[in-house]
Amino acid sequence: MNHGTALLWKRRALSSLSATRRGLPKEKMSENGVSSRAKVLTIDTMNPTVKKVEYAVRGPIVQRALELERELSQGMKKPFVEVIKANIGDAHAMGQQPITFFRQVLALCSYPELLNDTTFPEDAKSRARRILQSCGGYSMGSYSASQGIESVRQDVARYIERRDDGVPCDPDDIYLTTGASDGIVTVLKLLVCGEGAARTGVMISIPQYPLYSAALAELSAVQINYYLNEETCWSMDISELQRALDEARRHCNPRALCIINPGNPTGQVQSRQCIEDVIRFAAKERLFLMADEVYQDNVYADSCKFHSFKKVLFDMGPEYSNTVELVSFHSTSKCYMGECGFRGGYMEIINMDDEVKAQLTKLVSVRLCPPVPGQALMDLVVNPPQTGEPSYDKFIKERTATLSALAEKATLTEQVLNTVQGISCNPVQGAMYSFPRITIPEKAIKEATDNGQQPDMFYCMKLLEETGICLVPGSGFGQKDGTYHFRMTILPPKDKLTILLNKVKEFHQKFTQQYS
Amino acid sequence: MSSLQDVNPTVRSIRATTSLQGLAACVTEEIARGAKKPFQQVIDVSSGDPHRAGMAPMSFVRQVLAACIYPELLKDKSLPLDAIQRAQTLLGACSGGSVGSYSVTPPGIPYILKSVAEFIMRRDGGVNSNPEDIIFSSGSQKALSLVLHLMASGQGETRTGVLTPMPCPHTLPTLLDMSGVTLVPYQLTEERGWAVDLDELHRALKTAQGRCSPRAIYISNPGNPTGHVQDRKSIETVISFAATEGLVLLTEEVYQDSVYGKGRDFISYKRVLSEMGKDYSETVELVSLHSISSACMGECGLRGAYIEVINMEPAVMKYLREMHASSSPPVLSQLALEVMVNPPTPGDPSYKTYSQEILHSLTTLSHNAQRACEFLNVLPGMNCQPAMGGVFLYPRLHLPPQMVEEAQMLGVEADVLYCQRLLEEEGVCLGAGCENGQESPNYHIRLCVLAPPDTLEEMLARLSSFHLRLLDRFP
Repeated sequence: MNHGTALLWKRRALSSLSATRRGLPKEKMSENGVSSRAKVLTIDTMNPTVKKVEYAVRGPIVQRALELERELSQGMKKPFVEVIKANIGDAHAMGQQPITFFRQVLALCSYPELLNDTTFPEDAKSRARRILQSCGGYSMGSYSASQGIESVRQDVARYIERRDDGVPCDPDDIYLTTGASDGIVTVLKLLVCGEGAARTGVMISIPQYPLYSAALAELSAVQINYYLNEETCWSMDISELQRALDEARRHCNPRALCIINPGNPTGQVQSRQCIEDVIRFAAKERLFLMADEVYQDNVYADSCKFHSFKKVLFDMGPEYSNTVELVSFHSTSKCYMGECGFRGGYMEIINMDDEVKAQLTKLVSVRLCPPVPGQALMDLVVNPPQTGEPSYDKFIKERTATLSALAEKATLTEQVLNTVQGISCNPVQGAMYSFPRITIPEKAIKEATDNGQQPDMFYCMKLLEETGICLVPGSGFGQKDGTYHFRMTILPPKDKLTILLNKVKEFHQKFTQQYS
Repeated sequence: MSSLQDVNPTVRSIRATTSLQGLAACVTEEIARGAKKPFQQVIDVSSGDPHRAGMAPMSFVRQVLAACIYPELLKDKSLPLDAIQRAQTLLGACSGGSVGSYSVTPPGIPYILKSVAEFIMRRDGGVNSNPEDIIFSSGSQKALSLVLHLMASGQGETRTGVLTPMPCPHTLPTLLDMSGVTLVPYQLTEERGWAVDLDELHRALKTAQGRCSPRAIYISNPGNPTGHVQDRKSIETVISFAATEGLVLLTEEVYQDSVYGKGRDFISYKRVLSEMGKDYSETVELVSLHSISSACMGECGLRGAYIEVINMEPAVMKYLREMHASSSPPVLSQLALEVMVNPPTPGDPSYKTYSQEILHSLTTLSHNAQRACEFLNVLPGMNCQPAMGGVFLYPRLHLPPQMVEEAQMLGVEADVLYCQRLLEEEGVCLGAGCENGQESPNYHIRLCVLAPPDTLEEMLARLSSFHLRLLDRFP
């Protein structure tokens, strides 16, 4: 008998006694008499809230897309030669190029020996030195303060002041985060409390980015849906906010209102008037405003402009600017940078009670600090090359090229999709996605429901199998009952996007025919 | 406006931490602005942060990262060929060939998950490791929080409890609080170099009755902050205990590359488990954790870790793998992790430099640990167990009763007061034992000894000066 088995037998008497006393499932005896221990962690003993979480952007359709890719690479014959993943807002994965200056500085920070390399421009070198100076031991490998490197927070504050025409920003109100998602989940975690009818409710737009619904499900917070108005280009409607709020008050304690502007998945850029109205509403109903502004540079429509919630708030005078609680989020993942992999982000906290802020500071300190390269990148984003600096021209050229390519693709997408009977696409005013409405024939709806599938999931799965195009069904984002949508990114390079759009067109026509 | 009552009670329940590191940062700031202090600069060795203390990163790691970040460098003649080749391979594993994309799958970049699995198999003498059992995250805090969150359930006496060693890593108690689980302390035996004691494990478990439902036991090996390295028998004892008492094993093995004690080797919990017969190896639920914050890498700021999950119920594992689907581990840290588990081999251009740097790190660590331990043991009122691995020393303080009283009056733990005074008077920032879960009258300090030897000497001189002055003041 080996040592292990001896130990097992030795402890058996004790164990069954103590295990039973502690109410553990008894040991199971298998056929040959060897006991097999029941698992400690099972579906029943695990955290029940984890089971409620779904994240459509990476859900079953994506898993099938990966499978298809594998099958293609193994030589299986398919009706398509490649899988086009237009499901996730990952610009670099779709071929968008990074900003040279940013990558130069980060490379210098990673391997400072390169500061002797003549191929790097002087401004990149001085930026790298400045960042390294603010790192412990002159290395990005040191922990930073948990709220983020101080000089970076100062730079972020100055950026916000410039962006908002001088509205003051205190670096102490800035928290660097591991991507914007980390900030959003942290603030939600901070705010959720109460039991039963007093449980915290959080208002989110439908359609929404499923990070919010997932986070709320995990926190057992109450999700309060307010519908964006598809007829008016996905605008926010105060009467709809009021309806949702009043209804919610009957079964929970609404505390926060989340807005994504520019919008995901809808792409709308809210007007200044709309933002003012929302602020007034939040003030009146004493709601904590969470403004997800990660797409703030992604504005394409000429008639639209990005207005930061903070700027509008301060323009409304002290009655609002001194009282309305607002958190705004930004990240390095979108805009013209597309640097999702670096996990850079920040949040600005406005008008939060000091004691509550202290709890927030305590909460972020538990996870030690955000990744330092992401903090360094955020520093560069808020502090890009200036006129006269060696890297300025190239920087502007690259940024303009990326943003105008996106603008072109936004228009192209809207145009092509609107030529399809049964597809109706609102203008993609900003962000990186299009969320067109699709008409699904009754027969298809029935077949889907018989299979236990959402009709738009059924549609998207068929699209994937027949064309290799991976989109996300609207049911993953929420939509008005009886309507169907899909979300596609506008990120593939223009020629591929054109092919994609035409294939979607063809597919839709065929699908409609097939199920008529 | 929201007030304290409106804050999540779980968040409110997170215990306050000492502000020693914040204080150290303030003092550094003051010096930068020209304030006069009795010292030139602050030496902060309170965290396992070798780079902060002045240790250099591994060249090969940083060369690969630089080339991946700025692929123009792939043509750069000044970078070694193997660094360039590695960068090319790793870029090929990133979506769109860029470190700026999300990882292809939520648990991490598939190529790197595979590298880690292969490393584990090599390390454990061929015991199989499946990439599907591996999940990356932005640091071990995050990794642990995922598992703890998965396990957190119940309320009152059914609330999940986690057996936690005393002392434990100073970052663990707040993590347990945040995860909504109950810390069930078990004392490590200081007189035996902080060894684990089975009777103490049983005693600790008994104390949980009626208070919570222990479902996991956490242990770090090599021990943080103790430096204790478990032998096979000790590991078997813990595994057996976990098995018979129905506990998931959470093992943090970050310092596995830094065992310097004579006659001691690192053996992984997984390896020992695999060699204990099927009754254990096929049933005991084990989560083991490793990270790039290890001694030789010291890449704490990059934030990268992995967990390997063994014998978890498949349905539960599915949830764990999908749990952070909406976030993504940072790509650079995954690349650094790949290099850590798959370093240059003999014959590679960078092999010589790489092994020299590793050797330098380990020699410095070993030498420093020995030197510091001897030095501190000579000081009256200080007693240091020799460490066998890891980056910390954790000496016991025998403080004058007057100081303990003073601390009480000020409302702080005496070891915190000691550290505060040390920082103010000598510009040295150490960790206080209460951060590691110790309670009065067990006072300890925690210091990271992986630093350039000059820095260590300077730190020891200042510490000794302060300590002797203190004892003089209270004869």
